[in-house]
Amino acid sequence: MKEAPLPSICPENRAAIGLHLSRLTFLGNGPYSMDIGPGECVGLTGRSGVGKTQLLRAIADVIAHEGDCFLGDDACSSVAAPEWRKRVAMVPAESFWWYDTVGAHFDNKSPATALQVLFKKLGFSADVMRWQISRLSTGERQRLALVRSLMNEPQVLLLDEPTSALDREMAAAVEAIVVDICASNQCICLWVSHDLEQLFRVATRVYRVEGNGLSEEKQRCM
Amino acid sequence: MHVISLSSFDLSLAACLLLLLAATSLRIGLGLEKRIVISGVRMTVQLLLIGMVLKALFASVSFPFVGLMSLCMLLVAGYEVWARQKRKLRGAAGYLISTGSMLISSFTVTILALTVMVGADPWYLPQYAIPLLGMLLGNTMNGVALASDRLTTEIYNQQGMVEQRLLLGHTWQEASGEIRRDCMRTGMIPIINSMAAAGVVSLPGMMTGQILGGSSPLDAVKYQILIMFLIAAGTGFGVLSAIWLISRRLFDDRQRLVLDCLSSAKQP
Repeated sequence: MKEAPLPSICPENRAAIGLHLSRLTFLGNGPYSMDIGPGECVGLTGRSGVGKTQLLRAIADVIAHEGDCFLGDDACSSVAAPEWRKRVAMVPAESFWWYDTVGAHFDNKSPATALQVLFKKLGFSADVMRWQISRLSTGERQRLALVRSLMNEPQVLLLDEPTSALDREMAAAVEAIVVDICASNQCICLWVSHDLEQLFRVATRVYRVEGNGLSEEKQRCM
Repeated sequence: MHVISLSSFDLSLAACLLLLLAATSLRIGLGLEKRIVISGVRMTVQLLLIGMVLKALFASVSFPFVGLMSLCMLLVAGYEVWARQKRKLRGAAGYLISTGSMLISSFTVTILALTVMVGADPWYLPQYAIPLLGMLLGNTMNGVALASDRLTTEIYNQQGMVEQRLLLGHTWQEASGEIRRDCMRTGMIPIINSMAAAGVVSLPGMMTGQILGGSSPLDAVKYQILIMFLIAAGTGFGVLSAIWLISRRLFDDRQRLVLDCLSSAKQP
């Protein structure tokens, strides 16, 4: 049985643009430079505490940093910060919710069909919008946080261990969704994980984050 | 009409009550006796001193003296607001913001009241200026301190949530909106409540003082109403400006949450 295709999150045909990190330096780390083409998913790994999360936070511009990021021709420093963060959406490892119900965190502008398809693929029933936040499991929050960020129609997705609280089946569903969005929407993805097998499944390239730069990780025969 | 003067003997009798309380505290092991005695002595000395200062001030009616006195009161109030915060803004900014909001909340309102409403001659007549300013500073201080303390504490405790909202492309105003509104409410609720209770539950101190001093109750009530309006307005605008100024410091020009500017909370 063929799965229903994911409806385009972004309706209009977006120009395919790349992400360029130019000597990003923060908290004594870096410089990190990288070019990512449209529709590409790049994996990032590295030992705990090396600053993988901070690298994503610097790209999303929520921590002070030197150097700049370019989305196509637009430099991060030349775009209003909230606008940049809508285009470059970071999904942190731990998600936060501030209203009582799931639905309150989604505004009415969210495209309803895309939302329902995503919910279905991630194992939620149609009434998930009425669920109480306090009763969600960690895994449910993690999946819903991904959906919430996708509703901003981002051009770049920064995923910080997006399947850390998920079982194998749900992790596969998240992988499929992200790969699909990259391919069909020309969305760029940076995926941080400790699971190299997963990274080589979803990413076209995998880098190891070091304190002073990035080194490419080659797939070993397994 | 003349006020019945209190003799030192009358005051000593009242002080004995306090000593009795201290003795009881000692007896039942409350551990408060030292603080009761020290605060009692401190209060007596402070008030006697201010009594002498005011006596000199009232005799001279000179603008520089009144100005200097007001400035001292403002600086102490600003310090008090700053010192009551668990997590303070580092550096001079924290103190300046506290003092600035006290300036807005009390100083401007007092000057407005003196020049437009009371209309004493000269407008800085210390018999009116100093007590009015004192009442305003003392009351607005509570609201501003409560709201400022709550803001820095809440933002610190909810930094994950605030940052999550920034990551979703919310502006800093949206990301901190609920917290800021909550803090403004915290700062303003006490004065709103005391307006509701005034005259029914409590007879406000100033009114009581004026009646004891021989004014007709109706005159005293009119002054009390004026003071209540001034305090409510002063507290409200003081709280608004303190919250605005502090939250501006907590986000940088790229709308990032910067908590390094807060001092760490003291271990209890």
